[in-house]
Amino acid sequence: MSPRNSLRDAVATGAVRTVNSVSRWTSRGSGTVIGGRVGLAISPRLLSGLSREREVILVTGTNGKTTTTAMIAAGWARTVATNDTGSNMPAGHVAALVASRSSAVVLEVDEAWLGEVTNSTSAQVVVLLNLSRDQLDRANEVRRIAERWRALFAEEPEVTVVANANDPLVVYAAELATNVAWCDVPTPWRTDAVSCPHCTEPLHFDASSWWSECGFQKPKEVTTTLSDELVIRGTPVALDLQLPGEFNRANAALALTALASVNVDLDAATARLNALTSVAGRFSVRSWRGHRLRLLLAKNPAGFEAILRTLNDDGAAVWLAINARVADGHDPSWLYDVPFEVLRGRRVYCFGDRRLDLATRLDYAGVDQVVCDDEESPPVSGETVDLVANYTAFQDWRERTSAC
Amino acid sequence: MLTVALLYPELLGTYGDGGNATVLVERARRRGVDAQVLPVGIEDELPDAAIYLLGGGEDGPQRFGADRLRRSSFTSRVADGSFVLAVCAGLQLLGQSFAVEGDDEYEGLGLVDAVTRRGDRRAVGELVVEVEGRPLVGFENHGGQTTLGPGTAPLGTVRQGVGNDGTVDGFRAPRIWASYAHGPVLAMNPWFADRVLEEVLGLALEPLVTPADLLYAERRATLGV
Repeated sequence: MSPRNSLRDAVATGAVRTVNSVSRWTSRGSGTVIGGRVGLAISPRLLSGLSREREVILVTGTNGKTTTTAMIAAGWARTVATNDTGSNMPAGHVAALVASRSSAVVLEVDEAWLGEVTNSTSAQVVVLLNLSRDQLDRANEVRRIAERWRALFAEEPEVTVVANANDPLVVYAAELATNVAWCDVPTPWRTDAVSCPHCTEPLHFDASSWWSECGFQKPKEVTTTLSDELVIRGTPVALDLQLPGEFNRANAALALTALASVNVDLDAATARLNALTSVAGRFSVRSWRGHRLRLLLAKNPAGFEAILRTLNDDGAAVWLAINARVADGHDPSWLYDVPFEVLRGRRVYCFGDRRLDLATRLDYAGVDQVVCDDEESPPVSGETVDLVANYTAFQDWRERTSAC
Repeated sequence: MLTVALLYPELLGTYGDGGNATVLVERARRRGVDAQVLPVGIEDELPDAAIYLLGGGEDGPQRFGADRLRRSSFTSRVADGSFVLAVCAGLQLLGQSFAVEGDDEYEGLGLVDAVTRRGDRRAVGELVVEVEGRPLVGFENHGGQTTLGPGTAPLGTVRQGVGNDGTVDGFRAPRIWASYAHGPVLAMNPWFADRVLEEVLGLALEPLVTPADLLYAERRATLGV
């Protein structure tokens, strides 16, 4: 880096700190993105400068980014620089790297920004979780994202890719990389990978594998397998998460594989993951007007399907909250791709800006539903109620509720 | 038994389009008409059905879906009296040709005189179409610009959004409805679902009160139509 660039980065870094502390102090924002934007405006290459001589792991995919990033941060036995506010574009990355000087960095990255952020940070490890439909009105073609990732890894021989071997679009994206740690983890959502990305003929699936007539298939040499037991590089790992759901076990398998590739001790890392009880408010139990609510986040069909599987099997009422604001995507058509039929026999209370879209969907699914205006409240019970919300609705409910 | 065939949901169902099948079947059942959804996979023989539904899809799946339908009995079944409701990519592949990645003129099924070329920019947002004097509300997300032949009637005129070309949306041919309003267009527009159902069943239907009535009213109020 030339002295001129280095000076520019120093000025930009100072600006990020100043703007963020002013932003927090005046309560105008959580103080992450705005400072990052100012810094990038002063020095567009700031992310490169800030990443020098640091060990960087990036995490991307449609579902599980925030949780997996938090798992890697928790599992690393050091202070970690991370964007735990959910700001997953370069301004958020800059803010995270200014906020902590730690040499260990784990960043959640928006799918569309992966190429730029991998190059700027010279990341050592990139974790690819899965790829499916999300925010229909914006990232409209998941296959285009897979193509962009594929081109990236074809050109970046240094990076280690930790990739889900059961997601054909992820395998397509990562198969040209030189170093891939394939992870054989349960991946129930397959609706977006029906036709082969190479030959467009139908993909075939059985209980343990998938393949296409053209020869494209599940990778044979896997680093990590997760069934009843988690095994990484031939060694069993004592995974016993408090976070619910099979999808969180899969996230943990990829997180631990990433940590193993930067030589973190697996037993110690696993113990730290096992102790996690909530991530960015997700899975936490909160209180609101006498109700005890377990807050669950689901943003798209794949995420919803995974969350619906974790609900208690007791027929209890469930609360659902749906918005369609900018960060959610303006188009709630995806509600018809969620298998809400599994809620038959329960009563569902519908909240959020798009509660009528939700109530209509549930009505056609044969599910008993009650539309709630927010000031109205369902009957209070002593039990903990599961509340599943999409992105901005989840933020609303985090703000509305308080710690138990 | 009313059979609603959902064609290739794995290819043509990007925007919750399967919801339209559920809506037709539920609205028929609640009037005492026995009805079923029949999802048709890409490796299945095309079954007989009262109505076939085609949804939205990305370029590769759209091309693949068109090829599968071309090799099936689809065209002759429609000629013999089956109905079709098509949205988005499904609309495009019923015409003479459509544009996909790598090919500006991929051959369609030619059921309707319509040609789809690549539009200048992608149309993404709320779509409101005046159909038979009532607003049809929905969401569109497509890169195509569709031109109808001189003898082809549009489904309606565009009041908000883009549709085929900024002025009209979709097309209406004997036993065929097509629109760029994707996903659960029948869920958002219960009156239109019943129009389709009445024609397919050849019956006048009793009014049905559902949460969808509130949704339709809310969408109209929000969109100011």
